[in-house]
Parts: sequence; C-alpha cells; structure tokens
Amino acid sequence: MSRIEVLKTYKIYIGGQFPRTESGRYYSLTNKKNEPIANVSLSSRKDFRNAVVAARSAFGGWSSRAAFNRGQILYRVAEMMEGRKDQFVKELILQGSTKKSAEAEVTMAIDRLVYYSGWCDKYMQVFGTVNPVASSHFNFSVPEPTGVVAIIAPEESSLLGLISVVAPCIAGGNTCVVLSSNSKPLCSVTFAEVLATSDVPGGVVNIITGISSELYTHFSNHMDVNAVIYCRENSEEKKIIAQNSSLNVKRTFFWTKDWLKSESENPYLMLDLQEIKTTWHPIENIGIAGAKY
Amino acid sequence: MMTTIDIPNFRMSPVVDQVGVEERVARFTTRSIKKSSKLQALKLALNMIDLTTLEGKDTSGKVKQMCYKAAHMCDQLQDIPTVAAVCVYPNHVRTAKTALTGTGIKVASVATAFPSGNTTREVKLSDVRFAVDEGADEIDMVISRGEFLEGNYSFVFDEISSIKEVCGSSRLKVILETGELSTLDNIRRASDIAIYAGADFIKTSTGKIQPAATMPVTLVMLQAIKDYYYKTGKIVGMKPAGGISSSKLAIHYLVMVHETLGDKWLTNEWFRFGASSLANDILMQIAKEKYGTYQGKDYFSND
Repeated sequence: MSRIEVLKTYKIYIGGQFPRTESGRYYSLTNKKNEPIANVSLSSRKDFRNAVVAARSAFGGWSSRAAFNRGQILYRVAEMMEGRKDQFVKELILQGSTKKSAEAEVTMAIDRLVYYSGWCDKYMQVFGTVNPVASSHFNFSVPEPTGVVAIIAPEESSLLGLISVVAPCIAGGNTCVVLSSNSKPLCSVTFAEVLATSDVPGGVVNIITGISSELYTHFSNHMDVNAVIYCRENSEEKKIIAQNSSLNVKRTFFWTKDWLKSESENPYLMLDLQEIKTTWHPIENIGIAGAKY
Repeated sequence: MMTTIDIPNFRMSPVVDQVGVEERVARFTTRSIKKSSKLQALKLALNMIDLTTLEGKDTSGKVKQMCYKAAHMCDQLQDIPTVAAVCVYPNHVRTAKTALTGTGIKVASVATAFPSGNTTREVKLSDVRFAVDEGADEIDMVISRGEFLEGNYSFVFDEISSIKEVCGSSRLKVILETGELSTLDNIRRASDIAIYAGADFIKTSTGKIQPAATMPVTLVMLQAIKDYYYKTGKIVGMKPAGGISSSKLAIHYLVMVHETLGDKWLTNEWFRFGASSLANDILMQIAKEKYGTYQGKDYFSND
C-alpha cells in the first residue's frame, strides 16, 4: 500500500512554545517547479506583542546568568545543530540553494554559534575599562545588555544571516524577537526547534514568520523594545523604523552585510547591543589592616 | 418596616455542577470587545480596583506613595478614573486616610488576624474596632476556615455577624479564602453563610494562598449572590482578589458579572478587583488605545 507523506507544519516560536499564529493566517511556499512545499504562519502584530512579553519576562533571568554559562548554552545550540545538519541542508535545497552552497551555509552557521559562544565570557574584559580618575576612587566602565531586541532578519541569507544576527544579540545577555525571511522561512522554524531542545530558556529567542511590510512599524514603535535591527534593503521601511525608534530612543541598526564573509562575525556587533555603565567605587584605607605588633 | 429573613440550613446549600461551571466560564472568554467598548471596559475595571499593599515590609512611606498613585493613576492620560479604594493593614489606615483626604477614594483595611484568622474572637473584634476607629471605610475580614471545614457553620456565621456589628457604618467584605476550601460545593456554602450573616461583599482570597481568584470560583460566588438577590431583593457585592493581573482577564470578569448578575453590579459600589499589578496593565492598554503603540512598563510608575 502506498503511504501518504506526513508534511511538517511550520509553526512560530514564542516563549519556548510553538503556537500557531493568533490570527489563524498562513501563506503557502512553493519550490522552483511551483509545487507546494509547506504552509507557513503569517504572523500578526499580536503575535509580535506576545513575543515581546515573552522576551521581556525572559530578560531578567538570561541577562543575570553567568557569562560562562551563556557560552555553554550557545555551544550546546551549535552541538544540536550539528546533529540536524542534514535537515537544514535539505530545507535550504528545497528553498532553491545548490547542495554545495547549502552545506557551506549550514557549517558556517554552526561555526558562527561556536564563535559567539566563545565571546560570551570575554567581551566584558575587552570592552570594559578601568578609568584613571583624579580622586581616590576606582572607576570602571562595563557593558550591560540593552534589553529586548527586535530583529528583522535577512531575507536572502535565511539561516546564516539569522544566526549571525541572533547569536551576538543573545551572547551579550539580550533577549530577542525575530522576524525570519519571508521567502525562505523553513530553516528559521527548524532552528527554533534546535533552540527549544538546547537549554536556551523559553522566551530568550522568539521567532515569528510573516511579512516585513505588515510588522516593521510595530517592531519599531513598541515601547517595550530597547533596540531594533533591520537587515533588509527597503529604504522606505528603514526611514519609518528610524523615525519610530525615536519614540523611546531605541538603539537602531541597519545591518546589511555579506554574512558569508568572516569579517561579518565580530564582537563589535555584540557591543552595539550593550549599554556602557560606569561606577565609582571609593578606595578605602582599611584601618584594621596590617600587622598589629 | 423591619423585614426578617429566614436563615436557611447551610447543609442544604445547592450543590455545584463543576463541569457545567467550567463550560460556562469558558464561554465568557469568547466575547469580542473592541475599540470604544474596550476602552469603556478598561476604564470601568480601573475604577473597580482596590489598590492593595499587604506585606510585612509595608511602611508609611510605601502607603503614602500608593495613595498618591491611587489618586494620580497616570496624569498624562487625561479622562481616566481613579481606583475605588486602597487596601492596607489596620496600622496604616490613618496614614492612608490622611493621604487620600478630598480624593473620594475609600480606605479598606484587612482585619481579624489577616491572613490566617487563627486567633480568638476577642482579638478579632478589637482588630476590627481599631481599624474602624482609625477611619477605615471598609473592613476585609477572613473567615475561620478551620471551623468551616470541621462543619462548624454556626461558629462561622456568628463570627461574621458579630464582626458586622462592630463595623458600624463601615462596609464589610468577607474573605472566604477559596484556595483553602477545596471544592466548589464548599465555596457555595461559605458564600451563603457569609451573605446571610450580613456581608456587604464576599471576596475570594487573601492573595496569600494559591490558587487565589479564578473564574469558576467567582462564578459560583456570583450565583450565590444572585439567588440571594432573587429571594430578598438585596444586593451583595463581589470582590475577586489575587491573580488577576491582565486587562484581558479583568474584562472577562466584567463580562461574567454582567451576564450573571446584570448592570446593577457594574459599578464599584458592588464589584471590586483586589489587585496591585492590574492597574498598570490597564493603564498600558488605555495608553495603547490612545497612542496606537504598544506600551512598556518602564514608562509607568511602580505603585
């Protein structure tokens, strides 16, 4: 007897759960031959709102975790991806990549996670400073995560690009809400499944699928979002995002890079999503110190 | 003319169909309330809040700050109501009363060895007397759950009515602490006892025990109020407290009150929310309606 293939439902990822979009809408993906591949959630602004709530509630726990532990968790994500490499390659091919470029993209994405996992407990030493001051104080400037980051991920580089933006964001202790590629969303949902099974607390990364034109205004004017990163080319959207971000002075970045290049991974992307906090600490002469005879 | 009301046998209180209650409750959550009616509901809910601080670490500074918040919920949003009352421990009643002079906001005080209620009748009565003397407009008492669960219903009844007597003109809210009563049948019975013993309000919880207010529990209590109203024509108020922290849930409660009891109860004279974090969530929703953008907690004062 012939078997009917079970097609996977690609759902969104909010607060560690895989709900369908609140709006009940979806769009269909086809391959080059115009054959249907999958139905994908067409997320609404309410899904985004729910995702921000999840990201906000996850922020406290994630940002106060030991930096070393965040590094361990990011490495674990890389490990889990390595185990599902074939699935990622298959999905990239389904969405139009050649086998060779798909394999290159997946391995590079895994390596990039390992790269940022290493930076987790090192960026503070590199970017933090001890400042000379003219009084009897120790004076430190240290980076602290900025908060909830809303990300509109690259459209073309749907896996590598997504990971190249998300990794520096969460490595630095932020939480995020990501809109994945509209035309190539499959890998982002599979990546969400990797996250869900790799010690990343629910809500640290939230991934929704849909179209930028419906969501970018909400990404940029939500008052509980602290930074917004836009990785696409539409100049009208860029303009509105920059305007809306002024509402609560969001950090706003337009990252359009060739994510395949090794220069596209660097700790300065982490620094973009940090606030520098300076503390003054008095140097005390401790009266009781020293030998007493 | 004096009317007398027959006190029923509380052992014969109606039994509750739990599955039916849950199904009914599930339906209240499906009403679509949008735009201007949503705004109206949000303002109504805000106006029904008893802004509450009941912690061991309460100070007069904290109480004053909360009272200021009660009177100035969010000054940049014009045209919003204040909350109904603030709810504090008896030793902070005077502070709250002074801070709220001229605002029209009531002061409610918990009393009777809140939250456990495990002490003598004498101590409970003097606790209530103290709160009333300090100027409390409303008294939130707890019932003796231990006695209730032992089946000593007349003890509970007498306790409530003796406290009602001491309250004088202050209104009495009776906390059933439904999280400790285990079954809906018990909750219905405790509601009947409290209502017949003279409660002006019945209230679900102290907020110190989980689960606190839930919709099924509240529905059972509303039904007790309804039956009493049909029988005597007297209105008794309802106050769910604890665990209601989102506007959406608050609106579900309003729908439930409206569809169970009707318009008469849709005022803070007869319906209250005991909550603290709900207020900010409602303000954020009202601001969302006004400015069109989703709001963040950073821009609203912590009570």
